[in-house]
Amino acid sequence: MTESPSPPVTAPALEMRAITKRYPGVVANDAIDIDVRPGEIHALLGENGAGKSTLMNILYGLATPDSGEILLDGAEVRIGGPSDAIARGISMVHQHFMLVPVMSVADNILLGAETMANPIFLDRKEAHRRIVELGTRFGFQIDPDVPVGSLSVGWQQRVEILKALYRQARILVLDEPTAVLTPQETKEIFVVLRRLADEGHSIIFISHKLHEVLEIADRITVIRRGKVVGTRAPAETNEDDLAALMVGRNVQLVVDRGESHPAGATLVVSDLKVADDRGQESVNGVSFEVRAGEILGVAGVAGNGQEELVEALTGLRKPTGGTVSMGGRDVTGAGPRALQQQGMSFVPGDRHRFGLVLGFSLADNLVLTQYDEPPYVKGLLRDEKAIAAWAKRAIAEYDIRTPSANVNASTLSGGNQQKAIVAREFSRELTVLILDQPTRGLDVGSIEFIHRQVVAKRDEGAAILLVSAELDEVLELADRVAVMYRGEIVAVVDGPTAEREDVGLLMAAGRRAIPPVASDAVAEPGPTATGLS
Amino acid sequence: MTSLRRIWALAAIPVVSILLALLVGSLLISASSLATSPSLNPLLPLIAYESLLQGATGLSFIDVTGGAITFNPSIKPDQAARALTSTVAAASPLVLTGLAVGVGFKAGLFNIGGTGQVLVGGFAAALVGGTVAGQPAPVAVTMAILAGALGGAAYGFIPGFLKAFTGAHEVVSTIMLNSLAAFVIVGLVNDIFKITGPSFARSADVGNAAMPILFGRNGNLGILISLILVVLVYVLIYRTPLGFEIRTVGANPSAARYAGMSPRRLVVLTMSLCGMFAGLAGAFEILSLGYYPAVFGTSIGFSGITVALLGRAHPVGILLAAILLGAMQAGAPSMQITAKVPIEIIDVIQGLILLFLAAESVIRHALRSRTERVTPGEIGTVSRSYGDSTT
Repeated sequence: MTESPSPPVTAPALEMRAITKRYPGVVANDAIDIDVRPGEIHALLGENGAGKSTLMNILYGLATPDSGEILLDGAEVRIGGPSDAIARGISMVHQHFMLVPVMSVADNILLGAETMANPIFLDRKEAHRRIVELGTRFGFQIDPDVPVGSLSVGWQQRVEILKALYRQARILVLDEPTAVLTPQETKEIFVVLRRLADEGHSIIFISHKLHEVLEIADRITVIRRGKVVGTRAPAETNEDDLAALMVGRNVQLVVDRGESHPAGATLVVSDLKVADDRGQESVNGVSFEVRAGEILGVAGVAGNGQEELVEALTGLRKPTGGTVSMGGRDVTGAGPRALQQQGMSFVPGDRHRFGLVLGFSLADNLVLTQYDEPPYVKGLLRDEKAIAAWAKRAIAEYDIRTPSANVNASTLSGGNQQKAIVAREFSRELTVLILDQPTRGLDVGSIEFIHRQVVAKRDEGAAILLVSAELDEVLELADRVAVMYRGEIVAVVDGPTAEREDVGLLMAAGRRAIPPVASDAVAEPGPTATGLS
Repeated sequence: MTSLRRIWALAAIPVVSILLALLVGSLLISASSLATSPSLNPLLPLIAYESLLQGATGLSFIDVTGGAITFNPSIKPDQAARALTSTVAAASPLVLTGLAVGVGFKAGLFNIGGTGQVLVGGFAAALVGGTVAGQPAPVAVTMAILAGALGGAAYGFIPGFLKAFTGAHEVVSTIMLNSLAAFVIVGLVNDIFKITGPSFARSADVGNAAMPILFGRNGNLGILISLILVVLVYVLIYRTPLGFEIRTVGANPSAARYAGMSPRRLVVLTMSLCGMFAGLAGAFEILSLGYYPAVFGTSIGFSGITVALLGRAHPVGILLAAILLGAMQAGAPSMQITAKVPIEIIDVIQGLILLFLAAESVIRHALRSRTERVTPGEIGTVSRSYGDSTT
């Protein structure tokens, strides 16, 4: 669904010329040129730290470029700050929504752009009218009085877009808008974006996901290490080409993996029930088994109980019912230490909260779960030499890019932080490996590396449970896929033969057919989009 | 980063805070001259600080005769020995109360209970000391000191236990326990443990359990023990797995749980350890005095907070900070005699140091340097103490 590769020649709505921004020790943007035409969806593609965020921060007035100029409709402008950017018709939809959950859709939209009836009171009637009108125009009717917190993530994102439109944005920047969406929601939002573009809005679409970029963008600009390395029309490129541009070398997007040769069940979970922080059961009687030498993927929209499931399996949360056994031993309710001693390794989903101590050195983080075991302890004291030797080896083997093992973990990029966790958890003796969002937020190069390691561990005979919000990741790696929906496993399908659409529907609705009436009546006021032509 | 730059990155804020406090202190000293003489004496701060230094170290740099100041560095050996002994004697309990707060910071705990732990430790030492007063000195001293350590540890255990198992915040519980200790002990000394004879209420004499003097007039055993503890704490915190656990719980309790550590156990253990240090400080004070008086007003518990913050919760930093504060305490009488500046100005300067330390980000900005923010910052622990809970 791409437009013709030669769009009509019009003056660009936005042009950024030779933008250069230096930070101490690094050139974040090195003479970047980019232009966005009216009615164009322009994708910005690049690894973490390539300079996309810096460029967008400059556009949004959050950073000042050292040199270069910004032109809107051909006239040079100086953007003093976010409010200035908004006044000039530039709006940003952040990856993490800036919404107040307890307030209504209308109140969220009005926040900061109040429509006043008089100097004291808001003109809610007029605001309502405009919100409904905007929604209708772009194909998503929404009730302005519904509290934002009761909307699905996909609809919250639409509220963010409405917010931008209400402020009369002509240029919309979307920062990884699909990271939190299901495949269906992604398709729906693409319909909205295309409609916006057709009405003459310009859209800058930032993403890591190559197939999405190819699907939605009119042009794709790839940035690597602060420089534009190419601009392509989707018709003249493909995923491998884009990945190679991004990373600077050929990348294997889908790791080679042979067939799995599973042995006996190592991790057996039966009728597990887990309550969340508010005491509500968010895992309602889940049963499955993971065999040695296989990867069981758990797919599901975030918030369907995966987090609690993982916490219960790894000893961070006490289950309220059911049993878990590992290698034939009952480990229900065992703590992290006991499970680790039984041979469980765990790559946590929230690496800053659980996986790392950011204020500690890389070396200390590399022994976070083995700090009291030989060879890292000699007698009563830590063996700093053994720790340093292991750190040196881990940095080399797992390709952790760092100036030294003594720098704070906080100074490493997300990908390198994750590699450090993987190095630590994969290097111990293990029979069960639990991976929670192992590549969240990482660039394709790091993802490729970690995926290879996961498959290698499988082939060594580990029983691997892979929980990921990235359906692609689950489908690429898992030998079997369990779909979680509202705290239950609604289906287990064979990984290599699973249909993306099929699993996507299971994730979204808990069953295979499109429901005639969406279960979230509030969240789905309009008919469900059936995809793009 | 070279090690020297690393040290500067850590020490910059404390050093600048001290200098700023001395600067503001000098303005106050100048102003105070108006109270004692008809005109403002702009040289008074110089004279005051000079006499403070002399009282603390025996060193003198200037001569003041009439209105003229001449640079004349000199040292009187016997005065220096006396002065330095007083300085270290004053510093040693501050080292211990500083550790009582600083080790807590490492685990993300803000132990404000130093005062209460000092009192309980001192009282326990006085009771046991009074009981074993007739035993041979080595036995009596050891038992009394151990009693002080255990008493303090027990009094630190209480808030640690409450925090770990009920979530009661240590800041709140230790403040309450401070008052509880003060009033209960006053009652006990005035009633049950009061001995007949002296004109005021006090506990029995500790006899042979009195602190042995190792050198000078007041260079007692406590100084040696404090120094040994600084080394032991350094090893514990930075070189042992237990220290790694304590630091991990302080820096990221969730990661500690993930790594298989037990934050509860560590909170209880660390608070007990902190209480032990403060209890030892109290024991040394009481065993030097020889008995527990009805009114035992001591500020060493609270000064421990200043020491820990100034020393950035590092054992070596705590040692240096305690020596600085000890020197001020030891030199203050000389300052009052020579410069006629009230002794209380020392407390003001200490307060100013704390104030500037708390204004860390302001100073950092003024320095415009990439000084290292220690994570978790000790100040961070202080401010976080009012927000969330660790368990």
